[in-house]
Amino acid sequence: MMRKLARQHPSLAIGLLAAGIFALLGLVSLWWTPYPIDQIAISRRFLGPGWAHWLGTDHLGRDMLSLVMSGMLTSFVVASLGVLIGVGIGVPLGLAAVAWGGAVEWLVLRFSDLTFAFPAVIVAILIATLAGPGATNATIAIGIFNIPVFARVARGGALAIATQDYVAAARLAGLGRATIAARHLLPNIMSLLIVQGTIQLSLGILAEAGLSYIGLGTQPPATSLGLMLRDAQSLFLIHPSLSLIPGLTIVLVVIALNIAGDGLRDAMDPRLRHQGLSHGAG
Amino acid sequence: MGVSPMTLFLLRRIAGFAVTLFVAALIIFLLLDLLPGDPARFILGINATPEAVAALRAQMGLDAPAHERFLNWIGGMLRGDFGISSTQRLAVSELIAERMAVTLPLTMIAMVVSVVVGLPIGILAAMRRGKATDTALMVLAQTGVAVPNFWFGMLLTLVFAVTLRWLPTGGFIPWDEDAGAALRGLVLPGLALALPQASILARVMRTALVDVAEQDFIRTARAKGMTKSEAIWRHGVRNALLPVLTILGLQFAYLIAGTIIVENVFYLPGLGRLIFTAISERDLVLVRGATIVLVVATTATMLLVDLCYGLVDPRLRRQGA
Amino acid sequence: MALVDIRDLTITFGQHEAVSGLSLRIERGERFGIIGESGSGKSLTALAIAGLLPESAAVSGQVLFEGTVLPDDERDMTRLRGRHIGMVFQEPMTALNPLMTIGEQIEEAIRLSETSEIVPLAVSALLDEVGLAPGLAARYPHQLSGGQRQRAMIAMALASKPELMIADEPTSALDVITQRTVLDLISTICRRRHMTLIFISHDIRAVAALCTRIGVMRAGELVEQGVTGDVLRAPVADYTRELVAASRMERRLRSSASLNDDRAALLRVEGVGRIYRQSGIWPGCGAPVRAVDQVELTIGTGECVALVGPSGCGKTTLARIIVGLDKASDGRMVFDGTAYDGSNLPPLLRANMSLVFQDPFSSFDPRMTIAQSLGEPLHLLGRISGEEREARLREAIEAVGLKAAMLARYPHEFSGGQRQRLAIARALVTRPRLVVLDEPVSALDVSVRGDILALLARLQAEHGLTYLIISHDLDMVAAMADRVLVMEKGRIVEEGTPETLFAHPEHPLTKALMAARLPEVA
Repeated sequence: MMRKLARQHPSLAIGLLAAGIFALLGLVSLWWTPYPIDQIAISRRFLGPGWAHWLGTDHLGRDMLSLVMSGMLTSFVVASLGVLIGVGIGVPLGLAAVAWGGAVEWLVLRFSDLTFAFPAVIVAILIATLAGPGATNATIAIGIFNIPVFARVARGGALAIATQDYVAAARLAGLGRATIAARHLLPNIMSLLIVQGTIQLSLGILAEAGLSYIGLGTQPPATSLGLMLRDAQSLFLIHPSLSLIPGLTIVLVVIALNIAGDGLRDAMDPRLRHQGLSHGAG
Repeated sequence: MGVSPMTLFLLRRIAGFAVTLFVAALIIFLLLDLLPGDPARFILGINATPEAVAALRAQMGLDAPAHERFLNWIGGMLRGDFGISSTQRLAVSELIAERMAVTLPLTMIAMVVSVVVGLPIGILAAMRRGKATDTALMVLAQTGVAVPNFWFGMLLTLVFAVTLRWLPTGGFIPWDEDAGAALRGLVLPGLALALPQASILARVMRTALVDVAEQDFIRTARAKGMTKSEAIWRHGVRNALLPVLTILGLQFAYLIAGTIIVENVFYLPGLGRLIFTAISERDLVLVRGATIVLVVATTATMLLVDLCYGLVDPRLRRQGA
Repeated sequence: MALVDIRDLTITFGQHEAVSGLSLRIERGERFGIIGESGSGKSLTALAIAGLLPESAAVSGQVLFEGTVLPDDERDMTRLRGRHIGMVFQEPMTALNPLMTIGEQIEEAIRLSETSEIVPLAVSALLDEVGLAPGLAARYPHQLSGGQRQRAMIAMALASKPELMIADEPTSALDVITQRTVLDLISTICRRRHMTLIFISHDIRAVAALCTRIGVMRAGELVEQGVTGDVLRAPVADYTRELVAASRMERRLRSSASLNDDRAALLRVEGVGRIYRQSGIWPGCGAPVRAVDQVELTIGTGECVALVGPSGCGKTTLARIIVGLDKASDGRMVFDGTAYDGSNLPPLLRANMSLVFQDPFSSFDPRMTIAQSLGEPLHLLGRISGEEREARLREAIEAVGLKAAMLARYPHEFSGGQRQRLAIARALVTRPRLVVLDEPVSALDVSVRGDILALLARLQAEHGLTYLIISHDLDMVAAMADRVLVMEKGRIVEEGTPETLFAHPEHPLTKALMAARLPEVA
């Protein structure tokens, strides 16, 4: 199965494999990291990469590889939950807009306009003012940002499906609007949503990094890739590797996800290219 | 009705803009106003007498009912009065204006760079579709999309400020002191912001142009006697710019937000720094004013994009839809 | 020397051979028609002559234009195309650049071919030649009607004063009446300019009316060619014989018993109208559109009534209101004694009528099996047992001449004709009394149209069905219907049996429809 995938859609296979490995590394950190991430040893700080510490140590003598693994987990979890929030609220909204039309559609569109007016950073600022910074708040901010994205993609895809005769046939068969949305619209926009989900996942990882970097996201003693960069901020001119390692990790994870997303789009359905995926600019 | 469709189109868009802004202002107001804790007490500290707190509340207008305070706030903003910062005792509008002198030029620089770099790359890649140039450019863009702008800022500092010493590592000299130095201070942050956006633009431009190139009217143009690249250049690019326009609007909005992050790398006194200080000092008037300014900027950009669509696409002019 | 000489042309896409070993000579001044169904390779052949094949195509063999092989160099080929070949495509909406006025687009064609020094004068001359007012030059494509757009396309193709015009299905996206005028226009221009024409179509009658010689293509091969009259009168290839037979529609024989006049009315439409307002909340967004206007009609049990009219006349809207997909703004319908307005159909009444859609390809959810799709309307009958359900599905699919084993398959495994059979099966599964057929054969290849119509006739006789057929195809209507209603701008303007109506049309629209009818072949 994997071999067939690799032959037909090499970029998808590579992207999925790489993203999978990164996610697995993050997951493993739940049970095992080379060193405990909260083990501070000033005497061992600023070590270069070597046998004992493959990626060296940071300004507190913590093992960089352990930090990267654990930070990757935070990034994936925050970004995935953000996507789930976006899908969970946005997709039903988009489908409802198409299934009911009229006032419902108008409301959904205005709501999504309104949400677009609040970029993730502004939502994070508002939440931080209200409830203080933290990974949960970053997740909510990213999730809110994802809602209109999924609402629009779901609506766009479902609009194209709704003009198909089989939807009219289902109405003739006496099926209700909600049933039609669940039975005909949703399954037929699934591939669109999966592709958009991958794009939003990679954007979410970037957003989490940004929010943690300015102090609105993950807080110590937990760690995330963005937080590592925040810690490295004042030291990177002297010890560039402290910022190079987490930065490169982010780049690699995001590239892997984007390659997987592009591959998915091409593999699942060539028609997708014409249905206007939203390339987020956040 | 005697109203031209174009006017109608404009009126509708502007009305939609006003409604969105009003609701956004309401949300910001409610969120920050319903916040537990009394700003007056926070400013004065826990040892203040109840009389002093009450006096400050009256002075800050906090004792009026909520709807009145909301309307006062909106009315004040329409006159350019955003209130007085509770910690700095200065007009919020002035504080924001002062920071905007950094944030806005920075956004503009990033925008211009990303368009000037991104669009030609996208067009070139689409024209050379499937060839080595295309692959190379798209690998580049794929990487560019994945680079966090603030991290790229760190790398730029390392190379151009620390190693080559061409540009300052950070800080900002105000425009009226030395405009040249001010501009130099914005070059690296501008580039840092522009790279991911340019990459996104390049990818969107390429996709749009490749899609357009498969359409019938390109075949018609070739049938008239154009080579494929002439046809794409003359007929494709303008049509492909329509989807790109939407992205461009989103980008401007997110660039403004992006400056909040990137100015941290370069120690720039922009809107972001103002907001963070305000949050940590619970200066709600200031947070409220700054966020609404960002929301206005975002929404206004979207409006502008819609209006541009009206200008570029004759189909919209007619239907006004 | 032939103007176009194709020698052993083979076009392949990966493994698939789309055109195989085609040889063809087209003499100067000839009007050559290529007939074939979708996928026969006829359009690819035309694109090969103009050097416009997609890059993914692998080509072998030779195409000679005026005795020389088509140049390999893109720029030379482009020049040849721009100066000597004019092309008209099927869908004028997408073939024109939406962001440029048609004047600008014609002007561009003139400049590229360098045929005229005084460009504006040439533009108005061309517009005049294709019968468009000079003022239309400033319009954008979306501001023109389909016919006007196709005329603009033709003007553009003529700009270079080409020796050869290639028209690829130039009328199949157009209305019946417009179709005829555009065909006549092409014919006139070819005669006046002594221009060679390659005309590609699936419509054997259009080709017969326009062309001096024809070639018949099937599955990438040229199965027959010759002088139009000879080929159509005495076809040699079996396939040509089938096509000619399919283009003639025999009036089906109805027993007189089913045609007595005192049948009970099954459906009465009483003063039904439908108004569309353009997006409600803002005032002055354009006048409301009256799609259907005060329509009165009655359909008797067992009758076959046809509703004909040009596109946009409201016939489909009316059909959608009758079956309950849309709501009447005023008036009401009475079906078998129960009054409704389109939105308030009780399930059992719904089960008594059904609709067969025009496009068999969008009629089935690609992610559901045929059994799931066919079983959907059974929902209207309330709870039924699994066995009953299965029996109903088997009965329906066998009634349309397919096998029960096919129920487990997915839509993409079926051809267009089979899918339309399945769509009919779905319409029958609740055992309805009234079946509304919206252009039931117009999306199908000519050769299967006859089969579907025969199936419909058989089903009507066997199950005592009542049909309402929506169509623009007068020949199909003449063959099927007991009574014809002609619709224009939302109103029914004329009514009668096909014989009387077509022999003595009264209303200008009916006359125009009759005049637009292409003569039967041979």
